[in-house]
Amino acid sequence: MGRTLAEKVWSDHIIHEGEGLPDLLYIDLHLIHEVTSPQAFDGLRAAGRPLRRPDLTVATEDHNIPTVDVDKPIADPVSRIQVETLRENCKEFGVTLFPLGDVEQGIVHVVGPQMGLTQPGMTIVCGDSHTSTHGAFGALAFGIGTSEVEHVMATQSLPLKPFKTMAINVEGALPEGVAAKDIILAVIAQIGTSGGQGYVLEYRGSAIRALSMEGRMTICNMSIEAGARAGMIAPDSTTFDYIKGKPHAPCGKDWESAVSYWETLNTDPDAQFDREIAIEASTLRPFVTWGTNPGQGLPLDQVVPDPKAVSDPVERAAIENALAYMDLRPGQPLKEIAIDTVFLGSCTNGRIEDLRAAALVIKNRKVADGVRLLVVPGSTRVRIEAESEGLDQIFLEAGAEWRGAGCSMCLAMNPDKLAPGERSASTSNRNFEGRQGPGGRTHLVSPEVAAATAVRGTLSAPTDLAEA
Amino acid sequence: MDAFTIHTGTAAPLHRSNVDTDQIIPAEYLKRITRHGFEDALFASWRKDPDFVLNRPEYQGVSILVSGPDFGTGSSREHAVWALQDFGFRVVLCSRFADIFRGNSGKGGLLTAVIPQSAIEELWEIVEADPSIPITVDLQERKVHVGEFMCDFEVDDYVRWRLLEGLDDIGITLEHSDVISEFEKNRPSFLPSLG
Repeated sequence: MGRTLAEKVWSDHIIHEGEGLPDLLYIDLHLIHEVTSPQAFDGLRAAGRPLRRPDLTVATEDHNIPTVDVDKPIADPVSRIQVETLRENCKEFGVTLFPLGDVEQGIVHVVGPQMGLTQPGMTIVCGDSHTSTHGAFGALAFGIGTSEVEHVMATQSLPLKPFKTMAINVEGALPEGVAAKDIILAVIAQIGTSGGQGYVLEYRGSAIRALSMEGRMTICNMSIEAGARAGMIAPDSTTFDYIKGKPHAPCGKDWESAVSYWETLNTDPDAQFDREIAIEASTLRPFVTWGTNPGQGLPLDQVVPDPKAVSDPVERAAIENALAYMDLRPGQPLKEIAIDTVFLGSCTNGRIEDLRAAALVIKNRKVADGVRLLVVPGSTRVRIEAESEGLDQIFLEAGAEWRGAGCSMCLAMNPDKLAPGERSASTSNRNFEGRQGPGGRTHLVSPEVAAATAVRGTLSAPTDLAEA
Repeated sequence: MDAFTIHTGTAAPLHRSNVDTDQIIPAEYLKRITRHGFEDALFASWRKDPDFVLNRPEYQGVSILVSGPDFGTGSSREHAVWALQDFGFRVVLCSRFADIFRGNSGKGGLLTAVIPQSAIEELWEIVEADPSIPITVDLQERKVHVGEFMCDFEVDDYVRWRLLEGLDDIGITLEHSDVISEFEKNRPSFLPSLG
C-alpha cells in the first residue's frame, strides 16, 4: 500500500525502532529562542552533556524583545536577563545566534524559511508550538517542550509515537478577498480545537496548490490551533522556486539531488489517511473569531451565536464564558463590533506578502480615530524588504506605527499589550483570554480584514470600504 | 525524575473546557529562567477572582485537578507543567488533553490521566459534596478510586513505564549513541548546516 507524505518523512528519519517503544527520530534542524531554552541549557550543564550538533541548531531572539528602541539595552530587567542568558548559552555551546539588531533576526518561524534552512522532507523542531509553520515546505515540523529541547540538544533525536494522518482537502478557487487565513480559520471552526489531536494534517487540493509559500505557511502555522502538532503540504514547483537561491539552499549538483528527492515527497495515490475532511474553497468568506478559542469563529457577515441554541452543556458553557469575557451579546452582527487596536504581524501573518496585502487595502486611506494600528514585520529582512517597496510609508501615512521585528502583541510578553478591556483585530493565531494582555479581547482575522478594520474601526472586510 | 506509582490526595473541580496554557500560566511569567518557583503563576488571571476554585478554603492543599475537556491546549510552554507541580498538583484528570502539554507532563512526572467526561462529572459531584474526600490514583493498576466510585484511566504504555521507573528520557536515548552516529553518516549532503 502507498504511503502518505508524513509517513514518508517519518520513515526516512527512524534511527531506532522496537516493539512497544516509540520510534527514535533524527532531527535535521533545531530552532531555539530565549524563552523555552534556558532551563534546557541548564539541564545540559548539570548533567555535563555537550550539545551534540551545534551546526544543526540555530537561535534567534523574538518572543521577549521590544519592537521600539531596539538599539538600546532592553528596559525590562527580567527580559534583559533572559535575552542575555540566551546569548551566553549560545556562546558557551557554539550555537549560531541572530540577536536583536542583526539583519537576520526575527521570529524563528520567519527566519528559518527566509534563510533557506527550512527544506522539504526535513524534521524540524522548536520549543514553540507554531513550529508547524515549516510543514508548508513538506517538512515534518512540530513544537516541543523544554525537556524535549534538552533532549534534542543532547542527542539530536526524539523518541516519538507515530501520528495518525488526516487529509484536509480544499478544492476549487477562493473568492476575491478571501485569504489563506480564512481557509485555516474555517478548518478549525469545522473540526474544533481538538479535531486534529494525535494527527498530522496534510492540506491538499487545488486551492492549496494555488497558494504562495506565504499563504501555505499561514495555514500550516495554525495546525496546532486545531490540536494537531504538525501540518504539511506536499512540495511542488512553488516550493522549489521559493527555496532556490536562499542562503542555505543546496547549490549545483546538491540542488539536483535535493529536487529529485523532494519530488518523491507526496502522498501516493493509493495511500490511506486515517481521516479525511473536505472544504469547498468557493464557499469560503472572510472569517473572524468571536470567542476565546480559535475554533470559535464565523464568517464576518454572521452574528454572534446564541448559547441557548446549543444543546451540549459543555459547549453551551464554553460559549457563555466566551461571550461574558468578550463582552458580546447573542445576535450582535460581527461587523458592528468596534475595536481599539489592530495588530498586523506574527509568525502567522508577519511575512512580506501579508504586509503587501494589508498595504494594498490601506493605501490612500486613514486609520479610524481612536484606533491604534501596530505593524510588526516578522523579521528584520521582511522589514527591510517592505521599506524598499515603500510599504512603511503607506502604513505611516495612514497613521499606523511601524515597528521592529518580533512576536510582539501576538503573546504580549514584551511591552506591546492590550490594556484591560481593550479589543483587538489581530492577524496572530490565538484569541485566548488575556493572550494579548490581561483583560484584553482578541478577534483573529486575515491581514486584509485587519487593514479594513483599522480604517472603519469596526470588524470589516475590504469590500466594506468606500472607494479610496 | 521521581517515580510515580500511586497517589492519594484531595481534588479540585475545574468546570472549564479548553483550559489553554495561557490560562495555566500567562506569558509574562515565562520571562523567568529557572525551572522552579512558578506556584504564583498558576492560573494567575483566574486566581484574581476570590471565588475561583483554588482560592476557596475547602480546596486548599489539593493535589489532583479534575478538569473539563481539552486541557492544556495552545502553547508548548513546559512552564505550564512546572506551575501545576510547583502549586502542588501531582495528577490532572480530564477526558482530552492537548498533545504537547501531555507529552511535557510525562517528561516532568505530572500524571495526565484520561477518563470519560461522564466520570469527570461524577467526580465533580463527589468532590463538591465532600471536598476533604481523598482520591486515589493508581498508575500500576491504571485506576482512579474514591469511596464507591472507581474507573479505569488511559495513559500511554511507554509514559506509564517511564513514570513508574522514574526514568530520564535522555539517558535512555544516549544508550543508542552508536546508532545515532551511524544514521548521521548516511544523511544526504544537500541538507542545510550552519557549520
